[in-house]
Amino acid sequence: MTGQPRLRPAPARLAALRPLPAGGPARAVYLALALLVVLGWVLFALRGEQFLTMENIVGIQQRSAALGIVAIGQTMVILAGSLDLSVAYLISLTSLVAAETMAGGDGMVVPAIAAVLAVSATVGLVNGLVVTGLRVHAFIATLGVGLIVAGLLDARYDGPAGSVPASFQHLGYDRIGPLPVSALLWAAVAAAAWFLLRRTRLGHRIYAVGGDAEVARLSGVRTGRVVVAAHVICSVCAGIGGLLLASRLGAGAPTVGTDGGYDLESIAAVVLGGTALAGGRGGVAGTVGGVLLLAVLDSVFNQLEIDSFAKDVVRGVVLVAALAIYARGRRTP
Amino acid sequence: MLKMTGIGKSFQGVRVLSGVDLEAAAGEVHAVVGENGAGKSTLMKILAGVHSPDEGTIEIDGRPVTFGHPIEAQRSGVAIIHQEFNLLPERTVAQNVFLGREPGRWGLVDRAAMESATAELLHSLGEETFGPGDLVRRLSVAQQQVVEIAKALSLNARIVVMDEPTAALAEHEVGLLYALVRRLTARGITVLYISHRLREVFELADRITVLKDGSRVATEAAAGLDTAALVRLMVGRELDAHFPARAGGPPGEVVLSVRGGGNARLRDIDLEVRAGEIVGLAGLQGSGRTELAKALFGAEPFTTGEMRPRRPRSAREGIAAGIGLVTEDRKAEGLLLGQRVRDNALLVARATGGGRPAVEKLLERVRLSPPRPELEVRTLSGGNQQKVVLAKWMTVAPRVLLFDEPTRGVDVGAKAAIHDLMRELARDGTGILMISSELPELIGMSDRVIVLRDGRIAGELPAGATEEAVMHLAAAS
Ligand SMILES: Nc1ncnc2c1ncn2[C@@H]1O[C@H](COP(=O)(O)OP(=O)(O)OP(=O)(O)O)[C@@H](O)[C@H]1O
Ligand SMILES: [Mg+2]
Repeated sequence: MTGQPRLRPAPARLAALRPLPAGGPARAVYLALALLVVLGWVLFALRGEQFLTMENIVGIQQRSAALGIVAIGQTMVILAGSLDLSVAYLISLTSLVAAETMAGGDGMVVPAIAAVLAVSATVGLVNGLVVTGLRVHAFIATLGVGLIVAGLLDARYDGPAGSVPASFQHLGYDRIGPLPVSALLWAAVAAAAWFLLRRTRLGHRIYAVGGDAEVARLSGVRTGRVVVAAHVICSVCAGIGGLLLASRLGAGAPTVGTDGGYDLESIAAVVLGGTALAGGRGGVAGTVGGVLLLAVLDSVFNQLEIDSFAKDVVRGVVLVAALAIYARGRRTP
Repeated sequence: MLKMTGIGKSFQGVRVLSGVDLEAAAGEVHAVVGENGAGKSTLMKILAGVHSPDEGTIEIDGRPVTFGHPIEAQRSGVAIIHQEFNLLPERTVAQNVFLGREPGRWGLVDRAAMESATAELLHSLGEETFGPGDLVRRLSVAQQQVVEIAKALSLNARIVVMDEPTAALAEHEVGLLYALVRRLTARGITVLYISHRLREVFELADRITVLKDGSRVATEAAAGLDTAALVRLMVGRELDAHFPARAGGPPGEVVLSVRGGGNARLRDIDLEVRAGEIVGLAGLQGSGRTELAKALFGAEPFTTGEMRPRRPRSAREGIAAGIGLVTEDRKAEGLLLGQRVRDNALLVARATGGGRPAVEKLLERVRLSPPRPELEVRTLSGGNQQKVVLAKWMTVAPRVLLFDEPTRGVDVGAKAAIHDLMRELARDGTGILMISSELPELIGMSDRVIVLRDGRIAGELPAGATEEAVMHLAAAS
């Protein structure tokens, strides 16, 4: 900084000591994914079976799509330093909104989609305003909003309702070549989110608010708006998830979201992908990897016919181990 | 240009500012000085839209303004470099500089424009050791300060507030800041300058406003004041400008020694500290001073070499070996900001089961103001936070105390108190190693000065060495 001698800054040297690969957690999760695939492949080859057949892969993609889309939305709120526990209830709600509005008629598909987006954006707005305006911690705020939605659903429905036309079921079941339409939708949502986080002001500010809300505020960011926007995006993603599930079920169901465990599972996928639960660090790429990792793990279990109890144990171990590894990577300054 | 009138502010019923007037002309450097907790930062935060005043008005160019959010102050041409760092460690330099004002259209960020503008700003600041794409987390404290300055400059503000901008800079970097301030004022920009280093205040300021206990005591032309008069205005009494006398007698037994100590950042460290002596540790930013302190303490341990009483492999072992470290970065490493003063002061004592020291006495001894152990540390002024860190270590009376920039951000009165305290500790047999970027302090306090360069000991100077001699050793290639 001056004409006087200055020493090279040390941080560059320290970087070499970091135990994680240069890409950080996002890279690590793909490494783990690759490892798992190889491991599975070897394992099944020894048993004389085939792993990851075409059918298998398509199945993984289809099963991942709904969770993947919800997890993308969850990534947004978590990066912004918030959290959304209402997604599972919102998925149920929007699956019903979609199926009931369509009521089997082709003509109502577009209005139904519009209605789902409007409903989910509204729920997101409420979440965001409760978190920022009323200063209720996101955990409680979104749980509360979710329970309100659950209550309304319980009061009105006690089973599947509405129906979607055959044309709309293409979304859930069709493929273009080897790629399911639902997976393409997931990819599109992920790409949009990636672009938003990397290239737009809102994206930059989501990282800033999640990183340190006070720093962001002192730098002139209107932090409340950013958090509200992230919540709206998250809820809209959940709404898209609801549409997808309605398409696959052929109807709406009041418990389809909670049965799928989309709330905690989406959060698990996000942190597995290396996004910090405290916010401000991570991204979409990691989340996609996290969702895929969970899905491949699932398909290995299915093929091995392991019971669901052991499955949960292994998933729990994987989650904790991953976070422990990320934490190690961060200890050096 | 700027006119603040009758500004008043209370926090939770405690009056922090009352009826403060401040006026500054275009192109003027106006210094604001006062003791820790006098209300300087609060006044500046009001100007920057961080807090809203309970009373009073602000006028810029004759037009009254009210700021409900920092962004509104920015739009009115006010930029502030806060006393505490305001950067996002996980984001790049460019992203930090333009945070909240990212260039581009349609909500998109023009990254190329952002990076080149940042590069230009860094260049104009003479900064070549890092670039716009580097993560802030990887930068040293001094480099981060440069980022803060670049951020303020990027606003093209007409009023620039600098709240202790040199606290994190080494002596030779301060000169660059002077040049920068002069360049700003030459362009008609008003600079409000806060510092406890009175030398800087006299070097830069046209006028000086003195705050005391939340009220304005005086506003005077700098030319009409000298240090003694200014100190009298600030402290309300005469203050001995000299450092406390050295102990005189021969130093005691060796309480800490290293032979051939080394790790990733340090090499061939041979060093001894005796009971009752104060050893100064000098060196440029990045020379390994902080790393050496952390290695001795065990927080970032030596990997090679011999050390007595033992080579600590963790902070806990360091404490057990009777070593204490007053860290440089008190926010990140020294304090639990959300907890009370009492709990912070007792942190080490509790962690090591060191009994129940009399906290009130200790807080009085470090002259905490207000002396209220039940306050949250977060709400204390910067200088008072430093005093809490000192109190924390005094509870366990370690045999060796390492001080890393102990008086950074501390007012003149408290600084003298801390100096007295260090002497007292030494007289009671504590061995002290002290890092300071303020050479007069380092030389005035130390019984001998060890100079570090590039992770090695470059040499040792006896008490009373000149600043030139120290700089020469520190910078020689
Ligand atoms: N957010 C807050 N809540 C409560 N009290 C506060 C808050 N911010 C500041 N104070 C109090 O206001 C007083 C003035 O603090 P301020 O930070 O303005 O002092 P300062 O003059 O900048 O001191 P220093 O030289 O130590 O930086 C202090 O007594 C401090 O404890
Ligand atoms: Mg201050």
